[in-house]
Amino acid sequence: MSGSIQDTFFEECEELLEATDEGLTAIEGGDHDPETVNAIFRAVHSIKGGAGAFGLDDLVAFAHRFETVFDEVRAGRMELDAKLIQLLLRSSDQLSALVEAARDGGEIDEAHNDTLLAALDEYIPEEEEDLTFEPMGLGAPAPVADLGIVPEAPAEPQEETYRIRFQPLKEMYGTGNEPFFLFQALKDMGDLTVKLDENELPGFDAMDMSESYLAWDITLVTKDSRSIVEAVFEFVEGLCELSIDGEGDAEAEANALAALDAMFSAPDAPPAADTTEGEAPAVPFEPPVPAPEPEAKPAPAEEKASAPKAESGKQEQRGGPKPTLRVELERVDRLINAVGELIINHSMLAQQIANLDVSDTRDVETELEGFKNLARDIQEGVMAIRAQPVKPLFQRMARIVREASAATGKTCKLVNEGENTEVDKTVIERLSDPLTHILRNAVDHGVEKPEDRETAGKSKVGEIRLSASHRSGSVCIEIKDDGAGVNRPRVKQIAIEKGLIPENAELTDGEIDNLLFAPGFSTAKEVSNLSGRGVGMDVVKNAVTGLGGRINISSTPGKGSTFTIILPLTLAVMDGMVVSVADQTMVVPITSIVETMRGSDDMINSLGADGTLLSIRGNFVPICDVAGSLGLYRESDRQAGVYLLVETETGQRCALAVDDIHDQRQVVIKSLDGVCGEIAGVAAATILGDGKIAMILDPESIIAASPTAAAFDTERRMSNAS
Amino acid sequence: MQAEAKHTDQEVKHAEHSEFVSFTVAGQAFCLKITQIREIRRWSPVTILPHAPADVLGVMNLRGAVIPIYDLSARFGLQQTEASERNVVIVVSVHGKPVGLLAESVSEIISINPDDIQDTPPVDSRNTMEYIQGIISHDDTMVRIINLDAVISAPEQVMP
Repeated sequence: MSGSIQDTFFEECEELLEATDEGLTAIEGGDHDPETVNAIFRAVHSIKGGAGAFGLDDLVAFAHRFETVFDEVRAGRMELDAKLIQLLLRSSDQLSALVEAARDGGEIDEAHNDTLLAALDEYIPEEEEDLTFEPMGLGAPAPVADLGIVPEAPAEPQEETYRIRFQPLKEMYGTGNEPFFLFQALKDMGDLTVKLDENELPGFDAMDMSESYLAWDITLVTKDSRSIVEAVFEFVEGLCELSIDGEGDAEAEANALAALDAMFSAPDAPPAADTTEGEAPAVPFEPPVPAPEPEAKPAPAEEKASAPKAESGKQEQRGGPKPTLRVELERVDRLINAVGELIINHSMLAQQIANLDVSDTRDVETELEGFKNLARDIQEGVMAIRAQPVKPLFQRMARIVREASAATGKTCKLVNEGENTEVDKTVIERLSDPLTHILRNAVDHGVEKPEDRETAGKSKVGEIRLSASHRSGSVCIEIKDDGAGVNRPRVKQIAIEKGLIPENAELTDGEIDNLLFAPGFSTAKEVSNLSGRGVGMDVVKNAVTGLGGRINISSTPGKGSTFTIILPLTLAVMDGMVVSVADQTMVVPITSIVETMRGSDDMINSLGADGTLLSIRGNFVPICDVAGSLGLYRESDRQAGVYLLVETETGQRCALAVDDIHDQRQVVIKSLDGVCGEIAGVAAATILGDGKIAMILDPESIIAASPTAAAFDTERRMSNAS
Repeated sequence: MQAEAKHTDQEVKHAEHSEFVSFTVAGQAFCLKITQIREIRRWSPVTILPHAPADVLGVMNLRGAVIPIYDLSARFGLQQTEASERNVVIVVSVHGKPVGLLAESVSEIISINPDDIQDTPPVDSRNTMEYIQGIISHDDTMVRIINLDAVISAPEQVMP
């Protein structure tokens, strides 16, 4: 683990803020479970506690106010009405802002902060103002400290008596271990009594010199913990029969259990206590008592909760804190790279074996197949580590929508769907900006003003739906608003004004909608705070294509618009078809190929000067010569005879002419970022079985760069224009 | 020119007697500081980058990493190299990224006293001038010290 305690605190804050947001969103959605309120209270309290420990006063002050209001709610003294919920949501945003400011050293908007504080104060009864709190260390789990249940700090370790039965096997002597040294080590730890048990010693005649007959009964009185005692016998583990019983054991175990209980169940206690008794959160917690069985002990929560399996049930309900491991991203990436190499290595091996002059390679091939499957398993596992639910990202987006609504004087709510869809971490990180932009646009341009909505017969509150789902090997993210839809005449007019399209261009509705993505297009009449900062939707599009995805917009006037972002599931591997083009080996993504075929002369039809169409079962599709499009020189004059039928975003079909198809396989994607600039027609590179690099083609841009096929697409537009 | 000379001074002065690797490109002698070089490999055919400028030969697999290979000769405005087995690829690290440079052959390691480095006299070949940090005389031949940052940072701007 890298980083200081403070870093850990901020990492925890992220999670806590997430929990807060989640809870508030649930409450906003009509969740009346007291546990939800409690969860938020605990999260905010933990942030406050940690912030106190680091002297982050602004954060403490704000969190305290926030928490106090929640305390009122949770004690049942205050009703959660819509107005308060809005305030709490905005306060939660402010809390995030404060945490960010504390972490990155940024500035906070003092005025905004004060407004919120004042607004929160209105909800706080006078006498509650002096609620004190004590900063707490980070070592103790926050919610525990919350209740004053600091798990019995092992201040002065108790002397404990361990009874150890130690009987070496003969193997122990065989490995050169000597009981005496073990005893000596134990003696260093405390008061030691060793008693030899020679009962098993046979008569002299029957004795096998290499056998072990002796055993020792050891009594050790020490302040050290059981694990330290056990550690002494670490090296003879499996070489002896060992049992360690300690008087202190029961107690130690109970302590540990109590601490665990406190961590998991105790926080559940105050809700029950509070709602029933209406008391402040000071729940007396009896010091852990020795208890042989964990079930017997547990905290008040268990007693209050009527359902027998309340504990586990509740945790599952809340999506409970699953044990997690924080690992540096770099380590995971190293692993991913290594697995990538492993897969390349496999294909190299397979190729070598295929080249071998051996008649029967079946056995080897079977084994190789096993190797391949294992490698894939590992790869999937590793990729899964990188995959993360989009939830945190979506939650942040809720904040964006709230801010944007406040700034524009509109009321919008964000509905999230498919929050648990898992996406590669990099994708999540790099989606943040495009999503922010789209959502701001949706609020600013999409959703109408409340009065206009009313006239249009819609609910005053605009709804923006943000959903994520998996769709056959890719991730689909949809942003759908119920606003006015794209104002097509206006969009077209602007495009003409900006010289993006000719004045008399005839465009289909879809084409007009897609003008939004044209570079330099921004419809904002005046530069507002939200959108129109000189960056337009083209930036969004670039960000999405940069991730190997694509974005589409569809819109219905008066009903709203939908942005659809399709992204690859992983950024590291994909299924590709290995082809050769102008003596170069290249890879075409399987996902874009509809069909492959070997063409004959009678299938090719000329159109115009140099346009060629391929006839497929009566349909004509333009042919795009990949080599020509890539500007590659073909040494042999051989006409490409193999066609890959691909379909573009706009649904247009095109036949990519290549020289040959070799293979279909999974390839590891190697980004060309930083290796060279953007190359038209090439998406990335990969390393093939022979160690050579192959370009991964981007059919979309190949078609765009191809003179004939591209012409086919733009022909209409151009002919209409001129 | 003044600025460039200054730059050169600062770069090289703090290390007395730096080691340089000299090599030939299109019959001319060039050199690079030994610390800039990560490894030297024999040329093997590379994968062509479509639409690449003439001085970008393509990309090569360096232990799992995709690295671009530049033809130094073409880059210096000299004739394009017909790469063969006899040629070498000098792998250098520029801005933290490995990059391969095709050279005719590697000559030797020479030890240079910073004081011996002369400014590049102005000649009428701007292309080359940009890439040369200074020159030295070694065994009666002129060896050109390559300004690696200029050689490598430039292409990104040239390429679309």
